[in-house]
Amino acid sequence: MLFALSAVFLMAMAAPWLGRLPSRMAGWVLSLVPLALTFFFLGKLGAVADGRTLTESWPWVPGLGVDLSFYLDGLSLMFTLLITGVGTLIFIYAGRYFHEAPAGRFFLWLSVFTGAMLGLVLAGNLITLFVFWELTSISSYFLIATDHKKESARKAALQALLVTGLGGQAFLAGSLLLGMAGGSLEIADLLTRGEAVRSHGLYLPALLLILAGAFTKSAQVPFHFWLPSAMEAPTPVSAFLHSVTMVKAGVYLLARLSPVLGGTEAWTVTVAAIGCVTMVAGAVMALFQSDMKRLLAYSTVNALGTMVFLLGIGTETAVKAAIVYVLVHSLYKGALFLVAGVVDHETGSRNVTSPRRLFRKMPIIASSAVLAGLSMAGLPPFFGYIGKELIYEGALKAPFAGFLLPTAAVTANLFLFATAALLVLRPFFGGTGETPPFHISPPEFFLGPAILGLSSLAVGIFPGLVDSTLIAGATKSVLAREIPVHLALWHGINTAFLLGILTFGAGVLLYAFRDSLERCLQGATRFAALGPARWYEWSLAVLNGTAVRQTRLLQHGRLNLYVLILFMTIAGLGLYTFFRGEGGWVLPNLLDARISEATVAGLILASAFLSIASPSRLAAVVAMGGVGYGVALIYVQFGAPDVAMTQFAVETVTVILFVLVIHRLPSYVRLSSRTSRMRDGIIALGTGGLMTLLVLAVLETGNESRLSGFFAEQAYPEGHGRNIVNVILVDFRALDTMGEITVLSLAGLGVYGLLKIRKRKEG
Amino acid sequence: MKSLILSTAAKYLLPMLLLFSAYLLLRGHDMPGGGFTGGLVAAAGFSLHGFAFGMSDAKRLLPARPLRLVGAGLLLVLGSGVFAMMKGDPFLTGTWTTLTLPGPGEWKIGTPLLFDLGVFLVVIGATLAVLLGLGRED
Repeated sequence: MLFALSAVFLMAMAAPWLGRLPSRMAGWVLSLVPLALTFFFLGKLGAVADGRTLTESWPWVPGLGVDLSFYLDGLSLMFTLLITGVGTLIFIYAGRYFHEAPAGRFFLWLSVFTGAMLGLVLAGNLITLFVFWELTSISSYFLIATDHKKESARKAALQALLVTGLGGQAFLAGSLLLGMAGGSLEIADLLTRGEAVRSHGLYLPALLLILAGAFTKSAQVPFHFWLPSAMEAPTPVSAFLHSVTMVKAGVYLLARLSPVLGGTEAWTVTVAAIGCVTMVAGAVMALFQSDMKRLLAYSTVNALGTMVFLLGIGTETAVKAAIVYVLVHSLYKGALFLVAGVVDHETGSRNVTSPRRLFRKMPIIASSAVLAGLSMAGLPPFFGYIGKELIYEGALKAPFAGFLLPTAAVTANLFLFATAALLVLRPFFGGTGETPPFHISPPEFFLGPAILGLSSLAVGIFPGLVDSTLIAGATKSVLAREIPVHLALWHGINTAFLLGILTFGAGVLLYAFRDSLERCLQGATRFAALGPARWYEWSLAVLNGTAVRQTRLLQHGRLNLYVLILFMTIAGLGLYTFFRGEGGWVLPNLLDARISEATVAGLILASAFLSIASPSRLAAVVAMGGVGYGVALIYVQFGAPDVAMTQFAVETVTVILFVLVIHRLPSYVRLSSRTSRMRDGIIALGTGGLMTLLVLAVLETGNESRLSGFFAEQAYPEGHGRNIVNVILVDFRALDTMGEITVLSLAGLGVYGLLKIRKRKEG
Repeated sequence: MKSLILSTAAKYLLPMLLLFSAYLLLRGHDMPGGGFTGGLVAAAGFSLHGFAFGMSDAKRLLPARPLRLVGAGLLLVLGSGVFAMMKGDPFLTGTWTTLTLPGPGEWKIGTPLLFDLGVFLVVIGATLAVLLGLGRED
C-alpha cells in the first residue's frame, strides 16, 4: 500500500513536466496511474471479502506511538476503489477540460489530492490519518483556487480551507484524547477497545472534537456553506473532491470510528440530529438554485447529511443503507457534475431554470444525465432506488424519535426528486424553441458521465455485482460484525415501498409548482443573509481586525523598540528569577587568566566600546563583528574549533549583510537624545549583567552533563563520525537541523520576496 | 567602485574559498567543518566576488538560482531521511557503507553525508538569495 501511495505522489512530481504536453495527452497519461491502482486494489477484493484485513506498518515516531501504518478492510477498500476508479475518469476528463491552458500545476495538485485521499482512507494510525486529512484540505485549497486571478475563487478557497482546517485541528485534538482514552493511536487497537473508550472520562470531549472535524469536512449544517462556495473550482475538481471523495472523508471517519465511538446516546443524538437537519436543509435549498453546480452542491450536502444521519442511527439496516448510499451518490453525482461541466464548457451557461433543448446538441451527454438523474430521483430500476428504499427502512426501523425520522427522510427525498427532474428536464428537454446544432462531444467528455451513469443502471439491475463483496465488507467494518447483505429492487409491498410511491407523487407535484413556490419564498431569502455564511464572514472580520490591531501594537516595525522590549523582558524576568532562586554563583579569580585570554577579553571590550561610541554605522557594525570574532577566539582557546569556525563564518556573512543594507541608509542625521541613551544603557547593562550572572552560576554548578558524555561516547559507534558536533547536527538531532534549515529557507524566501516587491515598486 | 586589488584578489580567492568549503563539507564528519560552515564560506566567497565584479556577475557564476539551491538542498535532506524508511528504519536513521576506491582507499559514505550536503546547499542558497538580492541594483 505504501508502494501504491508512493506511485501517486511520484506521479504528482512528474505532473508539472507532463503538463507541458498538450493537456489532453497529459490527462490520458496521468490517468494510467489511478487506473493501475484500481486493478491493484480490485485484486485485494477477494482477500478482503473473505474477511481479512491487510495491514502494513513502518515506525515513524515510535516514541509517541505514531506509526506510518495502513489498514485495508472492507470500508477502506470501497473508498479506495471509488477514489482510484472515479479518479481515472476525472484525469481523462480534466485533460480535455483544460485543453487551452497548460495544466501542469492543476495536475500536480490533483495528483497530490488523489494520494492524500488514498492515504486518508488507508491510514491505520490516527496521526497518519490526520496528516493525510490536512493534505486533502490543502490540495483542495489550491484546486478551488485554480483560477487564482479571480477574487471569488481565492475567497472560496480560503473559506473552504479555514472551515475544514479548523475542523482538522479539532479532529487532531480529538484523536489525541481518543488515543489517551484507548491507550493507542492505532486504529486496529482502538477497534478492539470500544467498550473501554466509551466508559472513559475523556470519551465525551474526544467524541465532540472528532465530530467537529467530521462535520466540517463533510459540510454538515451549520458548516455546510463552504461547499456551495467551493463550486468556484473547475468542474473536474467539484466532481472529484466536492462530491465523490473529499467531502466523504468525514463520513468515512464516522464510519471508521463507529465501532469505537458509536452506539452511545451522545453519538446517536448528535450525529443523527445533525445529519437529519443537513439532509433536509440541503435538499430544500438545492431545489431553488438556478446555477447547475450550486444545485449539485446543495444536493451533495443533502446526500452527506443522509449518510451521517444513517450512521447516527447506527442499526444494521441504517449502516447498510449508509454504505449503499455512499456508492449510489458517488455514481450519480460524479456523472451529473461531469455533465454540468460539459454543458458549461460547450454552451457557456450553467443555468438550469431557463429551458434549453440540449438533448439535440449533445445526445450522449444528455442520455448520461438522464441515467444519473433517474438514479438521483430514486426510481427503479436504478441503484438510487435501492438506496432510497434502504434509507426509508433505516429511518422506519430507528429505535427512537418515532415518525419524525421517516417524515424527514421522505421530505428530503421528495425535494431531491424534484431537483433531479429540474436538473435533467429543463436544460436538456425544456422549451420548444430553436434546436441547437448537433455536435458529438469528444470522448474524454462523455466517457466519465456515460460509465458512471451506466453503472448506476447496471448495479441497480444486478445488485449482486456489489452486495456480497463491497457492501458486505464495508458494512462489516462499520458494525464490527458480519451481517448478510442481499440487495434487491423488489421487496414486496411494505411501508418503505408505499413511502416511495408517496415520494414519487409528491415529488411530481413539487416539481410542477417549483416556480410558483420560488416566488413565494423570495421573501425568505432575506433570512438567508443571517445564515452561517454570514457568521463566517463576521468572525473572519473580527479575527482580521484583532490581528491588525495587535500587529500595530507589537509589530510596529521600529527595530530599536523590538530589541528594547525583548531585552527588558529578558532582563526583568531573568533577574527576578535569579534573585528569588536558591542557586548561588562564584566569582572566578580574574588573576588566573592567561595573557592570551586577557588579550582576547581586551579585544572584545575595545570592540564593544567602539561600536557604541562610533558616529558611523559602518564602523559600529564592523566593531560588532570584532566582538563576534573575539568570542570565536575564545572558542578556539577552549578547544571548540567547530563552533569557532561557524562563528567566524556567521560573523563574516552578517557583516557583509549589514554592509549591503547600511550602504543604502543615510548616515546618522540625528543622534539619539541623552535621556534615551541613558535608558538604553541601563537596559543593556541589565541584560548583560544577567548573562554574566548566568555564566557565573553555571560555573558554580559545575559542567557535568550526562548528555555530552553520551554524545562523546556514542558519536563514533552510532554515528560513524569523530566530530561530535557534526554527528549531533546531521545524525543524533537531524530532525532539529531539518527544522532549522527549513526556517532558514523560509527566511531566505521571505527576504527575497520582499526585495522583489520593492524592486517592482521602484520600476 | 572598482578596486584593482580587490578584483585581483577575488579572482584567486573565489576558487580557493570554494575548494575550502567543499573540503570543510567533506571532512566535517570527523574533523572540524561541516555543511553549515562550508556553506557560509562558499556564500562569503561568492559575495566577495560580488563586491569585486558586481552581484549580477556573481549570480552568473552560480550553477543555479539561489532559491533552486535551497529547494535542492531541502529535497536532499528529505531524501536522506526517507532513504532509511525504505529500509524499514525510522525516518532519518543514518545508513553507512564503506567504499573501497583506488585513490583514497577505504571511504565511508552514508546518508548523513547527503544530509550535510543538503544543509550546505540550503545555507548557500538562502544566504545568497538575501545577499545577491540586497546588492543587486548598484
